[in-house]
Amino acid sequence: MKSLEELRAIKERMKASVNDRNENSDKVRVVIGMATCGIAAGARPVMTAFLDEISKRGLENVTVSQTGCIGMCKLEPLVDVYMPGEEKVTYIKMTPEKAVRVVNDHIVNKNIVSEYTIGSAE
Amino acid sequence: MRELSLHILDIVQNSISAKADTITVEISEDLEADELKITVSDNGCGMDEETLARVNGTFATSRTTRKIGMGIALFRAAAELAEGYLTLESEKGKGTVTTAVFKHSSIDRMPLGDISGTMMLISAKAADFDLIYRHVWNGNEFVFSTRDIKEVIEDTPIDSPEVLTYIHDYIHENLNELFGGERDEIS
Repeated sequence: MKSLEELRAIKERMKASVNDRNENSDKVRVVIGMATCGIAAGARPVMTAFLDEISKRGLENVTVSQTGCIGMCKLEPLVDVYMPGEEKVTYIKMTPEKAVRVVNDHIVNKNIVSEYTIGSAE
Repeated sequence: MRELSLHILDIVQNSISAKADTITVEISEDLEADELKITVSDNGCGMDEETLARVNGTFATSRTTRKIGMGIALFRAAAELAEGYLTLESEKGKGTVTTAVFKHSSIDRMPLGDISGTMMLISAKAADFDLIYRHVWNGNEFVFSTRDIKEVIEDTPIDSPEVLTYIHDYIHENLNELFGGERDEIS
């Protein structure tokens, strides 16, 4: 069973790493559309996959957040990735499998997965 | 939507938009009475009677109020499909309570689905409010509160991936204990 001790350990670890890092300059942001359209299209398992992969790899400079509907419901689940100092990249029709690849290829290895991007749609 | 937990995720967004500081999700399952009841209550800004009447209307009326959208209509459709109903109570300045009741054994009742995933995603937004999740299963209950989590993590953000993964696993394990083993409909 999960204990509060485990949670305390996570906190201590996070605290230590925050002190090591210069604030926000190297933050990667992942933003997932989580309105009715996104949820119905499967955004929740996509977000779960992002969180799982990020914590599995111990990537401490990545935040994952949720946003509303931006009006491209037919392309949901939509995910925006903001790498520091770069233009945002929008991924469309995401799945948990694609999410794992975006973490590995784009966020870790800095190679945009172009076949999943909105640019490849048409 | 394929799971009731996805409807919960959707409905809770309304409470967040209403600037609630406490959001309570209660899932109550009574096999003897053959009833499954989901209640989402908040202490947000609430709605006046006119707005409430509009939200209670059909798809067509909800379309004119972009702010509200289809979430409630879809949730109501899911309840009515399973021989149940949905009610909305709201008072301006006090908050809103959404209740959906289902016939537990109805073949058309959607599975609960990934409740732990839903609660994790709500917790991810819970920096400015608290989520209380109570699950009653045949008289036994499990209660989760983001207050308890925040007490332990202090100023570590609750939306850190590691904290969220912890919340997911914590709820998942406790639900399995509540049900006395894995349940097919909870993925």
